[in-house]
Amino acid sequence: MNELSTQVAQLALQGVSIGAIYSLVALGLVLSYKATEVLNFAHGDIVMLSAFLGWWLIADAGLSFWIALPSVVAVGAVFCYVLEARIMRRIVGQPQFAGVMLAIGIGFMIRGAVSMTFGPESRTYATPWTDQMLRFGGLVVGELNLVILAAALMVTALLFFFLRRTSLGVAVQAASQNQLAAYLSGVRVKRLNSLVWAISGGIAALCGLLLAPITLVDLGLWFVMLKALAALVLGGFGSVPGAIVGGLLLGLVEQFSGVYLPDGFKDVMPYLVLIGVLILRPHGLLGESHGRRV
Amino acid sequence: MSAPFFEVDHLSLSFGGVKAVRDVSFQVARGEVFAIIGPNGAGKTSLFNLITRVFESSGGDVRIEGTSIGRIARHDVVRHGVARTFQNIELFEGATVLDNLLLGRHRAPHGNFLAQLFNLPSVQRAETLTRERVEDVIGLLGLAPYRTHLVAGLPYGVRKVVELGRALAAEPKLLLLDEPASGLNPEETHELGYWIEDIQQELGITVVMVEHDMSLVSAVADRVLVMDQGQVLTIGSAAEVQSDPRVITAYLGA
Amino acid sequence: MAVPYNTDYRQGRALLRGPRQWAGVAAMALLLLALPFAVPAFYVGEITFILIMSIASLGLMVLIGFTGQVSLGQAAFVAIGAYVHALLLAQGVPLVISLLLAGAASGLAGLLIGLPAIRVSGLHLAMVTLAFAIVTEHAIGRWKSLTGGHSGLAVPDPTLFGLSLGGTRAFYFLCLVVLVLVLLGLLNLMRSSIGRALIGVRDSEAAAHGLGIAVSRYKVLAFVISAAISGMAGGLLAHQNQFITPEGFGLSLSLQLVLMVFIGGLGSLRGAIFGAVLIGLLPSFISWIKPWLPARLGSSFGLELFVYGAVLTLFVLLEPRGLNGRWLKFKAFAISFPLYRKGTFRRTKAYMQSERYR
Repeated sequence: MNELSTQVAQLALQGVSIGAIYSLVALGLVLSYKATEVLNFAHGDIVMLSAFLGWWLIADAGLSFWIALPSVVAVGAVFCYVLEARIMRRIVGQPQFAGVMLAIGIGFMIRGAVSMTFGPESRTYATPWTDQMLRFGGLVVGELNLVILAAALMVTALLFFFLRRTSLGVAVQAASQNQLAAYLSGVRVKRLNSLVWAISGGIAALCGLLLAPITLVDLGLWFVMLKALAALVLGGFGSVPGAIVGGLLLGLVEQFSGVYLPDGFKDVMPYLVLIGVLILRPHGLLGESHGRRV
Repeated sequence: MSAPFFEVDHLSLSFGGVKAVRDVSFQVARGEVFAIIGPNGAGKTSLFNLITRVFESSGGDVRIEGTSIGRIARHDVVRHGVARTFQNIELFEGATVLDNLLLGRHRAPHGNFLAQLFNLPSVQRAETLTRERVEDVIGLLGLAPYRTHLVAGLPYGVRKVVELGRALAAEPKLLLLDEPASGLNPEETHELGYWIEDIQQELGITVVMVEHDMSLVSAVADRVLVMDQGQVLTIGSAAEVQSDPRVITAYLGA
Repeated sequence: MAVPYNTDYRQGRALLRGPRQWAGVAAMALLLLALPFAVPAFYVGEITFILIMSIASLGLMVLIGFTGQVSLGQAAFVAIGAYVHALLLAQGVPLVISLLLAGAASGLAGLLIGLPAIRVSGLHLAMVTLAFAIVTEHAIGRWKSLTGGHSGLAVPDPTLFGLSLGGTRAFYFLCLVVLVLVLLGLLNLMRSSIGRALIGVRDSEAAAHGLGIAVSRYKVLAFVISAAISGMAGGLLAHQNQFITPEGFGLSLSLQLVLMVFIGGLGSLRGAIFGAVLIGLLPSFISWIKPWLPARLGSSFGLELFVYGAVLTLFVLLEPRGLNGRWLKFKAFAISFPLYRKGTFRRTKAYMQSERYR
């Protein structure tokens, strides 16, 4: 009995720590979506780019992790600000598909540029928590995983505070619900949208930096975005708390399916979840359901 | 006594706690022009949406020539001879005026998938027939100069007319017009009035219209129903309704 | 400027009007027929690849361009067509029947994926189709007994009535014939009521319902047609590659097809082919300019990705109507020269319309 409960607890712990990664990536993604209704398909590539930048600063240039962290986050934020202000903004008013295409194009360019600059080998770098394990009650968890979980919770709390309690945050919510009305109420919608994308970019950069030591710095890093998508869908598309809940749940589902379901299911579990949720309950766990008025 | 041509029988619609349409009943005689007026939010468009099965009613029925259409599938409504226009124009923006009108006649048989794939003579005949019928509509509404224009770039007034034409191309028995005069200038509204008369007298189509423009309503409507807060306030001729004190309080203003 | 003057409604539906259009098509036909004899074998192979991609692109165009259903997972249908075709051929099924059955199998997959998928739309549909494609790629890889898994599957040579069509020229003509047949079929569909209905579904589901179009059924039909066509392309692709693995039908192929459809110009059959030509030729173009680039940038994989991204970005920003849009603008310019006005195709300022309330 104890054996089983330990296994379950260990799996749950692993699930939550991996889920925290998905949550964090999903969080950045849902922000930019809420503001401009464009799903930033380049988000995963920004995560990847940040990882490579982190490697460059830490492993190549020898800077300390604590200097590299704010630098890369700043780069991510500025990059996304400019991306929104100069590029994504140009396709306002066009159908959603155009935005998806544009983001995919930008993503390809980032991926291509990174590949050309850094080459195809996988790398890694050291963080203050790499290879540090925490043991308690028969369970093991990597310290870095705990840091990621803590980061996810902290970012969520900060965002919650920002969106609900500050006037800027409220303005962001207003602009995301009815852009024209926000304009007419004096909200500087364009600037806000860029700001939200900057925040989203900063979060993406943070993800990349924290994630890379676990999954290695290489081009495949952008795949985490697909799992973040599944997390978003599960939690409820367009919902910030949904991103967190969805990510954690997805991590748990993945870990448990790896052990209790036949071989091969674990890899496709996020996508099966995505398909299942969208078909059975499109608005996910916490999302809003919509309809069109004619 | 034979069944009325078109009948709405205790129709209701609730969203959550809001009762958008409450127990609405009325009958429309064949060949009538029947107007529905009332303040915004009175439930007029919701009523149309109920009749055309966009919304699921929470009670009541709709009947045309005695046949119940209150529970049928949304795309079957036009098969019973009911066509509509929309408050905010719902045209096929990526297609030409001609294509929009040809689509109006979609419910007529045009050959099955394989026949269309190989462009068999039966398909060609059906297409020619549809084109002929659509050209009649184009002639009636004066849309000839715009035939091959993409709908997207046309002026608002013309787009309204195209939507009307598309509904007519469906060869309906009952035409539901949702605010046909909204956005039209007085000249265009006047012309619309003539068209509605033509539709009634020459084509023999019964018209039910939601409208705010009282001049148009007075000019063409045989009877007027006033709605307020989801309920029927009164039914009568245009003149009766305009002088009814309840209607004046609720809608027309003193 | 020639204004078409119709004396009969049937002329309005005709595919080719007037001697000029007939001459143009005849010239094109001659060019395509003569090509394999005038051009080195390597280039014929490249062009055959483009023909196959054109077919797959036409399939996706029906789904995205004409019915407005965004699918980021078309490669799954191409894969199913490829594997079914290869497996049937290995069982001795004749070429034409095998190809048709491969298309039917993909069409069936389109039905199975389409039925649940159409319950969602827009972004959600894009994600569902993406997920389906990933799951399909995985499933093919895992079903080793049937598909050879990741070690791959060898594809028998195509033969028709005992004659081998595996040679470069013969295979070129095979693909050309299939392309022409598919194109004719789609041209017929699009000028008939089914094609119009698909466009209706794309542009306004509310109005489509009101005109008697069973929107869900037509969306599924679009999936089936699109999948069947792409499946047949997959069968041909199997011959082209002669050896197929699941990786060849992954996310990158899906995205390539979407690029073809978008860059070619949504909503036009011509555009699907334009897009296939441009995207199909891109790798060759990249190898061609590689010598001029600094050594490290020349790492092929990264450069290809970058160029794809750059082309897509430029098209979204500068020419969202795609190559077909450019072609139409050029024609308008040529027809109304010298009276062409620069503002003819300018769009008015637009505000973001929330698609959440669709």
